[in-house]
Amino acid sequence: MEARNIKLEEIIRDENLVYTKTSLMTDKPLSFCPGCGHGVAHRVIMEVVDEMGIQADTIGVAPVGCSVLAYEFMNIDMQQASHGRAPAVATGIKRCWPDKYVFTYQGDGDLAAIGTAETIHACNRGENMAIFFVNNGIYGMTGGQMAPTTLPGMRSSTTPYGRDVALMGNPLKITELVAMLPGTCFVARHTVHTPLAVRKFKKAVRMAFENQKLNKGLSFIEIVSNCNSGWKMTPVQANKWMEENMLPYFPPGDIKVNGEMVSKTAKSE
Amino acid sequence: MGEKKLMKGNEAFAEAAIRAGCDAYFGYPITPQSEVMEYLAAQRPHLRTGMVLLQAESEIAAINMVYGAAGTGKKVMTSSSSPGISLKQEGISYLAGSQLPCLILNVMRGGPGLGTIQPSQSDYFQATKGGGHGDYRMIVLAPASVQEMADFVRLGFELAFKYRNPVIMLSDGIIGQMMEKVELFDQMPRLTEFDQQWATTGKTTDRERNVITSLDLDPARHERHNLKLQEKYRKMSENEVRFESIECNDAEYLFVAYGSSARICQKSVKIARARGIRAGLIRPITLFPFPSEEIDRMAGKLKGILTVELSAGQMIEDVRLAVEGKVKVALHSRMGGMVPSPEEVFDALLKSFSI
Repeated sequence: MEARNIKLEEIIRDENLVYTKTSLMTDKPLSFCPGCGHGVAHRVIMEVVDEMGIQADTIGVAPVGCSVLAYEFMNIDMQQASHGRAPAVATGIKRCWPDKYVFTYQGDGDLAAIGTAETIHACNRGENMAIFFVNNGIYGMTGGQMAPTTLPGMRSSTTPYGRDVALMGNPLKITELVAMLPGTCFVARHTVHTPLAVRKFKKAVRMAFENQKLNKGLSFIEIVSNCNSGWKMTPVQANKWMEENMLPYFPPGDIKVNGEMVSKTAKSE
Repeated sequence: MGEKKLMKGNEAFAEAAIRAGCDAYFGYPITPQSEVMEYLAAQRPHLRTGMVLLQAESEIAAINMVYGAAGTGKKVMTSSSSPGISLKQEGISYLAGSQLPCLILNVMRGGPGLGTIQPSQSDYFQATKGGGHGDYRMIVLAPASVQEMADFVRLGFELAFKYRNPVIMLSDGIIGQMMEKVELFDQMPRLTEFDQQWATTGKTTDRERNVITSLDLDPARHERHNLKLQEKYRKMSENEVRFESIECNDAEYLFVAYGSSARICQKSVKIARARGIRAGLIRPITLFPFPSEEIDRMAGKLKGILTVELSAGQMIEDVRLAVEGKVKVALHSRMGGMVPSPEEVFDALLKSFSI
């Protein structure tokens, strides 16, 4: 009961400060489901833009899906793109502003199904930009349908008895695929579900922007994340399920650094 | 004034793009307009003016590159032919919804489907009535000569930026492929300085962030956005009607035709006049907005209107709407890449109105 008597000013003090909202995130409350990885991924990208002091030189592209609302939260100039076309839209921006930093923020259905051609060709041309690819194995915004990355046997609203690979094909490892293209400079897979993972992801994001500064080609970072609503789990269950099922199929780590393949698994595939 | 050259329509368009200070062209090869990108590539526009030229992996990618580049506030364009323009429709709808200026050339060929590579005018509905999803309009310019293939690039960019809206040049395989003398306008500067307050130039601390989007999930706000667009299209209709009238002052019979069909009808007017029939020609230069008022103004004095189209009859609907039954409107139509002779059109006039 005593706690109620503590005034807000007594709590908000410099010495009590352990965490602040990233200044480049807008004040709009995030509309993502509690426990979803999008919010963390958004924040980390904006932290890096802030730390590099490149807000005035950065343009983001958000296509259709849960990522479409990124421009509501990221306090930078942005363009919304039609479903799957973000790498083409970003190409148009980057070719007109070669000195600015351009990135796309796409989901798995967007990047690896409807936009496969745009993804592969932007990577193959080595467009000097960054692609952030959130893979949660499902179409989140449209209500949990099968995505190109849905695991074998995994249930979704369009695979209610589980993904039958004989009928529906195998999950697409598009990150390994783009790593084989000479245009990609840096290809990595991360998660954002633990503090350690977030720190590693942030380093990768920084590298993606630094690579642009040095005109090194395309940087591609996959973020394996949960979609607890779509998977019909609690956030904690979803992260555990992700670790046990998604990560063996989509193992985190660097795949290609500075144009050199570094992942043994990627090489053997 | 300008340099005179003998050029194909497609080449004149491409040369005019460089001279108009275009910042970027994104395209994909398709007959009968491939000369546009081939000419640009041979000219090395990057060295001439710094213009970006990129061959995309598809028509869809090309129009989305246009969307991205147009969002930066620069002068950008693409070109294609009918099946390719169909592929671009989603992107065009996004451009219109996001109010982005750009220039799109359609060198029409016959359809439906893969159709033919021969000339046609069967994309009139698609260009003038929307084409993609949602309520939107584009200014549609219809060149009838190689000269206009060049001149309308400059005009098209002016109109695109005046209204922050895509402008489409609706040409066809004849105008694109034929060679004529063209007087080229002088080199204009690229948009190195501009005041596009809305563009994605990078958010500075002294302004709010710029977001290029056509999405709004708030119904009331989205309705207001649509009303704003409709108001813009109304202004276009008020201010941008362009047409050419040939021998119309004393005309009893009127041809209405655009593009290559208008070139044929010009000759048919002469044939008719030589036979003592007072015929005239209205050539709409803008297909949207359509010169309805002018056609309606003449309707009372006319004995008949013949629209001539390389389609099953698409523009004829706008002509009929314009005259509201005041005068009989007939159609002479050829399809599949077939092109009528001036004599054939003249005969059609005689038959249609029992002259």
